[in-house]
Amino acid sequence: MLRGSGRFVGDLARTGMLHAAFVRSPFGAARVAAVDTSAASRAPGVAAVFTAADLGDPYLLATLEREEFVPTPMPLLAGDQVRFAGEPVAVVVAGDAYLAEDATELVEVQWAQLPAVTDVATARGGTARQVHEGLVGNCPVDLLMSDDERLDEIFAAAAVVVSGVFTSARVAALPLEGRACLAEWDDRDGQLVMYVSTQVPHQVRSAVAQALRLPERAVRVIAPDVGGGFGLKCVVGREEVTVAAASLRLRRPVRWVEDRQENLTASFHGHEQRYQVRAAFDAGGRFLALDADIDCDVGAYSAYPFTCAVEPLMAASELPGVYKVPAYRARGRAIATNKAPTAPYRGVSRPQIVLVMERLMEKAARALGTDPLELRRLNMIGPGEFPYTGVNGITYDEGSYRESLDLAERRVTEDGWLTQRDALRGAGLAAGIGYACFSERTGYGTPTMALRRMRMTPGYDTAQVRVDPTGEVVVTTGTCGHGQGHETTFAQIVADRLGVHPDQVRLRQGDTDLTAYGWGTFASRSIVIGGGAAARAADAVAGQLRQVAACLLEASAADVELREGAARIRGDSRAGVPISELARVVYFQTHTLPETVRYGLEARASFDPPGTFSNACHAALVAIDPGTGAIRLHRYLVVEDCGVVINPLIVDGQVRGGVTQGVAAALLERIRYDDDGQPVTATLMDYLPPTAAEMCPVDIVHLQTPSQFSDTGAKGMGEGGTIGAPAAVLNAINAALVSTAAEFDHIPVLPEDVIRALAAEEAGGAGAALAGTGAGAASGTGGGGTGGAQAGEGAV
Amino acid sequence: MKDMHRIRLRVNGRDHELEVEARRTLADMLRHDLGYTGTHLGCEHGICGACTVLVDGGPVRSCLVFGVQADGTEVSTVEGLSAGEELSDLQQSFSDHHALQCGFCTPGFLLLAEAYLAQRDPAAAPTEAEVRELIASNLCRCTGYQGIIEAVLATADARRWAAGPAAGRAASPAANPAGSPADGPAASPADGPAASPADGPAASPADGP
Repeated sequence: MLRGSGRFVGDLARTGMLHAAFVRSPFGAARVAAVDTSAASRAPGVAAVFTAADLGDPYLLATLEREEFVPTPMPLLAGDQVRFAGEPVAVVVAGDAYLAEDATELVEVQWAQLPAVTDVATARGGTARQVHEGLVGNCPVDLLMSDDERLDEIFAAAAVVVSGVFTSARVAALPLEGRACLAEWDDRDGQLVMYVSTQVPHQVRSAVAQALRLPERAVRVIAPDVGGGFGLKCVVGREEVTVAAASLRLRRPVRWVEDRQENLTASFHGHEQRYQVRAAFDAGGRFLALDADIDCDVGAYSAYPFTCAVEPLMAASELPGVYKVPAYRARGRAIATNKAPTAPYRGVSRPQIVLVMERLMEKAARALGTDPLELRRLNMIGPGEFPYTGVNGITYDEGSYRESLDLAERRVTEDGWLTQRDALRGAGLAAGIGYACFSERTGYGTPTMALRRMRMTPGYDTAQVRVDPTGEVVVTTGTCGHGQGHETTFAQIVADRLGVHPDQVRLRQGDTDLTAYGWGTFASRSIVIGGGAAARAADAVAGQLRQVAACLLEASAADVELREGAARIRGDSRAGVPISELARVVYFQTHTLPETVRYGLEARASFDPPGTFSNACHAALVAIDPGTGAIRLHRYLVVEDCGVVINPLIVDGQVRGGVTQGVAAALLERIRYDDDGQPVTATLMDYLPPTAAEMCPVDIVHLQTPSQFSDTGAKGMGEGGTIGAPAAVLNAINAALVSTAAEFDHIPVLPEDVIRALAAEEAGGAGAALAGTGAGAASGTGGGGTGGAQAGEGAV
Repeated sequence: MKDMHRIRLRVNGRDHELEVEARRTLADMLRHDLGYTGTHLGCEHGICGACTVLVDGGPVRSCLVFGVQADGTEVSTVEGLSAGEELSDLQQSFSDHHALQCGFCTPGFLLLAEAYLAQRDPAAAPTEAEVRELIASNLCRCTGYQGIIEAVLATADARRWAAGPAAGRAASPAANPAGSPADGPAASPADGPAASPADGPAASPADGP
């Protein structure tokens, strides 16, 4: 990687390779009356042009086995209708990428533009056009996760009720490498071999097999180096499957490398959500009830294999988070619009639910006249209460919720944040410190995934550990790291059990012919599930090594220990037998061993745990320039607990990268469409990921509460940074503006929002409510309701 | 129909002569015509900086430059930063500071940093603010930048001490190949990149067992 010898899909070339370029809809919604490919077919270098009809109208179908779910099949190429700007209607395949792109302009499409449905309120209204015919209310998913009959009574009787409308903008995962695929037919093996920039090679294989009606053995998917995924690549895109279809038809290698405009407009987005929430507390500040109505704008299609239910399901089931909520009701809907479909982008609804809960805590503390951190402590699942089964039916395993908050608060004080905040205020800035407490379900296998009722239920994973005749170790896993350092951490896990040096352990992953069927890398699952499977397989191989050593040393296997590259008899100071020698004997002197320990040193094991919750407390110090509205991050702290830390450097890297994406969602990033469904954030000049200049150093403190649901004691931690940061930053912004009427319950908070809010404040009167919505809502005691809600929407 | 031009350039100390279409970007030419696939394309409109290479010692977005514009120049890519098994001090520092995760943006940051290190006064102490500002030229989606900043700071500091406190501008740290092509690139043709330009991209994963 450092030498430039990494191999990403775009770096791979084949003799006779063709390049694919897609003809995409310029409209948010349109009927496709005709597609004329004749001119493009005759263009220089063009090998073929395919439309949906040419390919036999194949499609990807993601589905849930739930009555509340309506599937929306996604054609590889759109047929008679397009549902978002960027949807492909044809693919040009040419000998040169430049020529392929030239020829897309020669494909003549007769469009009949339709009114686009671009926002949830319109989409849900009875008069809106249906994004898919027959999709009533444009609502493919409508779930009531919990429904407590006593709820209205509790709210009516509660001492304090706070409420609000909380929104988060549509964002892009934005891996630096976009999606990419190279497919070639291997005549010798009778197999379509695909190199795909993916987090989930086996699911790509399954999708291709299902869409193109092939047996799975006839497809091999290899993920070479993958330039980031963040969830964008844990779903299967129609483009990859189309490239497969083109390669099959032409019997030639075909490559497609997504450009940034396609990535920003035609891949997958996420996180566009709206929460209308009320929370009831007693006079002492104890949580009494929580009531949430959640809409997720999921775009035009359900992504394979997770479906568009992934966001509302996660949101409605996990909203209470680290707090003890006795009564709960949550309704979660997915709403289809004429926008790009959504995928499970890093965090999946948890950045939003944490934001909602942490804002509610602040509002409630204000209404109660109590300290917001004390209110959190009062309501948090505390030491001695684990495992805790919540009102949502979820069991939270042992964590350090309160300890992480205490430690964060102490560090903030001891590290001089308060002094720095006051100095910033002294310099004429508005400055504030915000906190966010949360837990994150990670490493969940089929016992938990099955609750979603996906037709394809992910979760387990399988590893193989093999010692070769030279004593070197190869591990295969169905997980598929792409920058998370699994090569290092899996090697550590296995080396630890076999008593060898991690350098002697190699990880092989991302190849469906090389590994058992696995579910790839997403949802903070790999180190728990893949690592757990590897640990189990390594334990089995360690047992084999002990038995062989017992034969050679004439001892009992139970007395043999493996360490520092050798098998020794415990308590015996003699040198023992090198593991390389054991391996040599097993493979090359097999006949000298008893039959029970002959024939190879290898084992395969699977792991399918229910999941484990990691937790963290984040703190942020921001300063706002009241003149420009610019919001600047000055300090950031993460106190996190992901159980046993396998590799601190890697954990810190995941935390910092995650925090940066969360800060981006809070302050910068927003995918926008105009009313016609035109994406207006199609370049990195319009869509603004953070540079180093927008970030500050992130301090990290580790707590370690090992998980009993994880063979290694480790908990997943790939998403926590992204989950906690929006809430911490938003709370810091509101703390900075505490002396004004401005209050924000949406992300991102942009400079213009600040300016508008402060201007309204200066103008005085009702205008201040434009941004200062929650203020009205938060002060509502008794009856509560959603008084401030309307203005809250206006702020976005 | 194609508007072809014959050009010569030197890449990582190796001379190349080739026919290139007028509209072909330097990035595509380096990657697909000459096999230097370490230069990556993250946006193709000059924002992300993954495609940064050095042209006559200065950092350039190779997606915004046509190949023909590189005629007669000396280009440094990531493949030329170190030779053989050993990493350059900057590359090693990136590894030590966990300055990369997926690695896609890494070549651009390495070249950007090499140009900075070559151009700065080697005797001056580097500051976090100056390196942060430099690093803000490019995008990384994985690391949050902190490791990259620390890696560059550590390298600047190490070169400063290697140069000696009084060395001043005369200092010419040993491991500084790409930053100062005028002094003769360290990567000689003999130990050039693994991707041999003549053979096209070397990267071709096994098609099967």
